[in-house]
Amino acid sequence: MIAALAFYLFAGFVILGGALTILSRNPVHSVLWLILAFFNAAGLFVLLGAEFLAMILVIVYVGAVAVLFLFVVMMLDVDFAQLRAGFAKYLPFGIGLAVVLLAELLLILGGGSFGVSSPAVSHAPVIAGMTNTQALGSLIYTRYVYVFQAAGMVLLTAMIGAIVLTHRQRPGIRKQNIGMQNARTPAESTSKVQPASGEGVTL
Amino acid sequence: MTTLAQSVHLASVEAILAGGVFVTLMIGVFRGDRSLVPLTWVVVAIMALGGFYLGVVPAAGATGFGGLYIADGFSTFLKVLILGAAAVSAVLALPYLRQSATARFEYPVLLLLSALGMCMMVSANDLLSLYVGLELQSLAAYVLAAFHRNEAKSSEAGLKYFVLGALASGILLYGISLIYGFTGTTSFTALHAVVRGHGASDIGVLFGLVFILSGIAFKIAAVPFHMWTPDVYEGAPTPVAAFFASAPKAAAMGLLLRVAIDAFGGMTFDWRQIVTFVSIASMLLGAVGAIGQVNIKRLLAYSSINNVGFALIGLAAGTREGVTGVLFYLAVYLAMTLGSFLCVLQMRGIDGEPIETLASLSGLSRTRPWLAAGFAIFMFSLAGIPPLLGFWPKFAVFQAAMDAHLYVLAVVGVVASVIGAYYYLRVINSVYFADPAPTFAPADSRTNSALIVVAAVFCSPIGMLAITPLVAAAAHAAAALL
Repeated sequence: MIAALAFYLFAGFVILGGALTILSRNPVHSVLWLILAFFNAAGLFVLLGAEFLAMILVIVYVGAVAVLFLFVVMMLDVDFAQLRAGFAKYLPFGIGLAVVLLAELLLILGGGSFGVSSPAVSHAPVIAGMTNTQALGSLIYTRYVYVFQAAGMVLLTAMIGAIVLTHRQRPGIRKQNIGMQNARTPAESTSKVQPASGEGVTL
Repeated sequence: MTTLAQSVHLASVEAILAGGVFVTLMIGVFRGDRSLVPLTWVVVAIMALGGFYLGVVPAAGATGFGGLYIADGFSTFLKVLILGAAAVSAVLALPYLRQSATARFEYPVLLLLSALGMCMMVSANDLLSLYVGLELQSLAAYVLAAFHRNEAKSSEAGLKYFVLGALASGILLYGISLIYGFTGTTSFTALHAVVRGHGASDIGVLFGLVFILSGIAFKIAAVPFHMWTPDVYEGAPTPVAAFFASAPKAAAMGLLLRVAIDAFGGMTFDWRQIVTFVSIASMLLGAVGAIGQVNIKRLLAYSSINNVGFALIGLAAGTREGVTGVLFYLAVYLAMTLGSFLCVLQMRGIDGEPIETLASLSGLSRTRPWLAAGFAIFMFSLAGIPPLLGFWPKFAVFQAAMDAHLYVLAVVGVVASVIGAYYYLRVINSVYFADPAPTFAPADSRTNSALIVVAAVFCSPIGMLAITPLVAAAAHAAAALL
């Protein structure tokens, strides 16, 4: 009963958030509605017993992707009125796409079989007394340590690439040099002057 | 079941390369760009050390990391080629990088990362390790293509390569997900058993296979997934183009052989049709497309498409002789293509700026006779004119196709190599029989000149002495696969 109630609550908010994301006029509000939709989708995952996916959704999508969206929306000068101008032009195309997706959904719901025939295909075993975060962790660091480390190398390459392609050393900008600051003494950085009245000082 | 220590020992090459990445990166970060030259030689030493540690691989082959990794004669043969080509690519870039004021220390580090990815590719025994290896190699390659970030052409090449490469990775990944969904496994060993059983008639597995082959065909630049090649080779800095045309081709071809024969050995009939089509299309388009080119790098790009088509003939045969032919072809192809690019690197104006037009080669025999001789040897060899080494691997793959009763493929191959000979010979015609164009700057690197001489001697008739040991090694490697 409670689970059903929670499901309809979360599902309702996902749909509401999704709808308002595309309907709200202010792009910043759109991103905030999107974050609401993400949070409620995470709630749906928790209901399914997939708490790892829920955490990932919150951390990665809300924490990183949505915040990035927010930055882009607020910092770039995107003309949303112009973006919306093409709406009527692409409406038939969009409707066509929606019809195709609906047909696919109906096919699946209609019990269409994809002919999965291999005996190797089975539902993943549920390990008793272990949350799926624990189960994943115990696999990633043992059986799949090779690919896990390799993925680390891929990320290192991405980091090197980003630095190689974008980092520039601009001449003529002032940077803080802490060593130099600490090495300064009052004797060499201050001087006593006796300016004549009404003539100002030269620095 | 092997322990982690045993697995790491088995994967010594990868471990050394990965450790080398961190060491060289640290040296580079603290010493700055002036460490480019010493760092390049450190990278070459690391690759040599890795090659030395290939000796730990047992003769019968072994798997490690719970079946994700395999080391056998096949992977060892390809790793020698990959490390050799990557080391040459690192060294040949030095004069070019110094000249173009992008002498940044990341160049050898990225090459090392790419070599690591390629070694992982040819040692993959699971679709997961295949994918991460491929991504590691590709990601480093995208950055290398855009290495001259201040030049519009280089940035364009990097962007094009990245967008199309990401699309190809997506296609590959989609195929992998289909395969996993319909067979329930990603391991090549398990796939082999499932596919041989009842999976062969499964339409879902077939779809997955098509997507995976398309993704890999992009990486080896086979028609119809070749469109990026001429633009990327033209736009990327010349040493990077030399690298793209050599080591990654060998790695991706090795990967294709492993996937087709190891994982999908039970569906030979299905993938043979695809490979045959891709092979014929690559040979013909590579040969015809090169004819109108005026830029030497674009010409070599079409030449690489053409050569991939020839190498695929051996795979289409699907026999041990065919695989031996492909490996032999790759070894000779690497020498020919690296040699050609080394010669292209010598094409510099009086002020040292790179020149890439075919017209500038006119009458080279009168201004730079030795360079002209180098061009002649590599072009004759690429065209497959008999006494030169380039003829023999072509002969080997045609022979394999005939033995497998693929007569049409062999005939088309011969026709395509005749068409292809036209543009290779056109280069030689312009070098020897046209009026001299303005002369190039004199050779500035003894190392590069020495590399040209080594490659030229290898491709010349003298290189025929190397055929016996090379074919024996390739046959040994092919035996590990089939």
